[in-house]
Amino acid sequence: MAAARLGLAPPETGRADARTRRRAHSTLLADFGPFGALVLLCVIFSLLSPQFATWGNVRNILDSAAVLGVIAVGLTFVLLLGAIDLSIEGVMATAAISVALLVANSRNDIDLGFIGIVAAVALGACFGLASGMLSTGLKIPSFMTTLGMSAIGIGIATVLFAGVQPSLRSPELAEWASGQWLGLTRLTFVALGVVVVGLLIQRYTRLGRYARAIGGAEELAVLSGIPVRRYKTIAFTFAGAVYGLAGVMVTIQLGSGIVQAGVGQNFAAITAAVVGGTLLSGGRGGVLHSIVGVLIVTVLVNGLVLIGVSPYVQKAVQGVIVVVAVAITAWPLRQRLRVVK
Amino acid sequence: MSVEKQIEDAASAPVLAVHDLRKKFAETTALDGVSFEVRPHEVVGLIGENGAGKSTLLKMLVGLAQPDSGSIELRGKRVKMRGIAQAGAAGIGMVFQEQSLIPNLTVAENILFGAEGAAVVGGVYRWKELRRRAQVQLDKIGSKIKIDAITEELTFAERQLVEVAKVLATEERTNAEPVVLLDEPTSVLDRDETEVLFAQIERLRTRASVVFVSHRLDEVLRVSDRVYVLRNGKTVAECVPGDVDEAALRRMMIGRDLEGSHYGEEDQLPVREEVRLSVRGLSIKGVCEDIDLDVHVGEILGIAGVQGSGREELCRGIFGALATRGSMTLDGRPIKPGSPRTAISADIGFVPAERRREGMVGSMSVAENITLPHIGEVCAGPVLQRGKERRLADEWIERLSIRTPSASAPLGSLSGGNQQKAVLARWMVSDSLKLLILDHPTRGLDVGAKSEVYRLIRELTASGVSVLLMADSLEELIAMSHRVLVMKDGRVTDVIDARAGDKPAPVTVLERMI
Repeated sequence: MAAARLGLAPPETGRADARTRRRAHSTLLADFGPFGALVLLCVIFSLLSPQFATWGNVRNILDSAAVLGVIAVGLTFVLLLGAIDLSIEGVMATAAISVALLVANSRNDIDLGFIGIVAAVALGACFGLASGMLSTGLKIPSFMTTLGMSAIGIGIATVLFAGVQPSLRSPELAEWASGQWLGLTRLTFVALGVVVVGLLIQRYTRLGRYARAIGGAEELAVLSGIPVRRYKTIAFTFAGAVYGLAGVMVTIQLGSGIVQAGVGQNFAAITAAVVGGTLLSGGRGGVLHSIVGVLIVTVLVNGLVLIGVSPYVQKAVQGVIVVVAVAITAWPLRQRLRVVK
Repeated sequence: MSVEKQIEDAASAPVLAVHDLRKKFAETTALDGVSFEVRPHEVVGLIGENGAGKSTLLKMLVGLAQPDSGSIELRGKRVKMRGIAQAGAAGIGMVFQEQSLIPNLTVAENILFGAEGAAVVGGVYRWKELRRRAQVQLDKIGSKIKIDAITEELTFAERQLVEVAKVLATEERTNAEPVVLLDEPTSVLDRDETEVLFAQIERLRTRASVVFVSHRLDEVLRVSDRVYVLRNGKTVAECVPGDVDEAALRRMMIGRDLEGSHYGEEDQLPVREEVRLSVRGLSIKGVCEDIDLDVHVGEILGIAGVQGSGREELCRGIFGALATRGSMTLDGRPIKPGSPRTAISADIGFVPAERRREGMVGSMSVAENITLPHIGEVCAGPVLQRGKERRLADEWIERLSIRTPSASAPLGSLSGGNQQKAVLARWMVSDSLKLLILDHPTRGLDVGAKSEVYRLIRELTASGVSVLLMADSLEELIAMSHRVLVMKDGRVTDVIDARAGDKPAPVTVLERMI
């Protein structure tokens, strides 16, 4: 095309500028609001408890955020699409039991070592693939397909569990997992690795870009020739693999595979993502947002324990704070969220 | 209305008087002194470019925005509107551009929504009373819409009438004739529907005062008794349609003459010999049948037709977004676009009419929006090269003079014209673009932005790209096109030559449409 001929004079005025700035303002708040909330929480807890701001406690927080952090990275991509994933508990259950049965364990003579771990992660990916293919192929809302996959996962895990808990009998694995670096467990570094991979995928790959485009305006994505179904399925598959890894991590932490490996994690992960500013309506947010959310949720639990809130009321206090945090972080986006169902 | 009555009305006190309204948002001044009056039974036209302050003004009249200073007087009393409900109770109602009816409720429920009165007793619907009361409102405008119909099943034009009826329902409550604000009421209506609406406005004025806001100057001149022109948040002129023409209004709106002709007809080059796209016997089930068309290299083929003529679907079919039967060749080679994806790889582009929903991702940056369909060009395998993307975007932002703080600003934060330029850039990025399908590319843009888009289209065709165009008005369509293909009820009724210097009259095209 004759590009040189396309030089157009701009008779536009500067009207758009202030509007742009104002919107940029509100996006800024949506992006950095959760981070501000995290900082605020830390300051409050430091003032209330002398133990909070110690290196030991920071390590504590990071170590206990590891599993949820990994889950949140996977979930983020599904949420960016504007879909939801309720299969986390089921996928983690199956992955937890299968990894416990595939590495050296108390139930059988199989000892695949590292390959066992890879197999468990791959199993998770299969679950995600199934969720994705069912959602896109049969056009069933992801809400239903993933809920179904969760039940299937728990079912499979219960069958494999067969009433006898498989304990890990792998000295190498135990030694590796108990090892520390810079005072943090190795699993925390695994989580950090997943976060970095997630960030790179989000920022530097088609998957990340397309996920945002699909969540932002699916019709446009179709009209732009993006293979929407394929990328939705890829996102679910990636998420499934990551949940599988989370199941493996829990198993290593516990030293045995249990069906309840992922109990409560689905709700926690969605909460973390939303608190961090990843919208359930899709298109906005990202890995970093969700991780800030994970830290907020973890700091909250940790801080409440440290300042001596009775365990009986902790859950309620958590709930209140989560709702308040969401209300604050979603404030700049309230126009968009005005119709909330 | 008799002449005496008109004179009497004109002399009577205004129903609505707005005096020196001012409003600042952050650093922008949205309104900078707007004053106008609406007298009983009068239709007042309100025109201005996008951003001239029309929408802010309307919002203030129904309490969705508050002025910093100035006053609004309703029937001689100063009022402060605090919301739509209060404005409605005072007798000002707005028919919104994006409609404000609840789609899954019945027409009757919508008409009386929030003001059911005796039709709801203790929270319980009395359907019979509700229907009766709603029917009274529909009868006022002589509409035959079924009172029990579910609103979303009506056409856009019908829903608009329901909104009018809803505004008229304030009449009983206030015991006074309401002021009806019509915000761009014709923007999505076709010609027939527009005529029906105009007849309604004539009817409406016997029992209400009307404020008519529109981009379409011919319509404003036709229906209004007086016209106010807004520019940069000020009322700059008040005129009577008999004394001015469209060109004069356009000058007042933008405060200067448009350089050259609006549509750049003098830049329309003769069509080349080679056929770019050839469609034979194309059918879409239940929509159109046996369509033949040829588009030459560098040609703009306008497609005219009323809503339901099948032209939108035809274009989507050619782009592969709808299933079709029949054959197509592009530059002599047969193509079979089964999906937008294959159409895009055959170098066909598509700009949909619904910019916000189908044309762009508002939350994504200008750069990301531009590269979306051609992401392969800034990718190495699955990995994005953001630097390369950025340079490409910067280049196009500069080339098309897209006004944006940067390539990474969210596209949704730009003005409509700049958004549309970015959407066009998306397809222009590809050097090999052969055919661009434009579905109402200037919808919702102001005059200045429109002529920029027209020039862009001219430049594109000059470089050999062929264009299938559906336009907002017949005038625009005829002025832009080399030939106009007329469709009616899913069939081609005519192909009318529209060479520069020998343009057909709109009525010639219109005759073949209906």
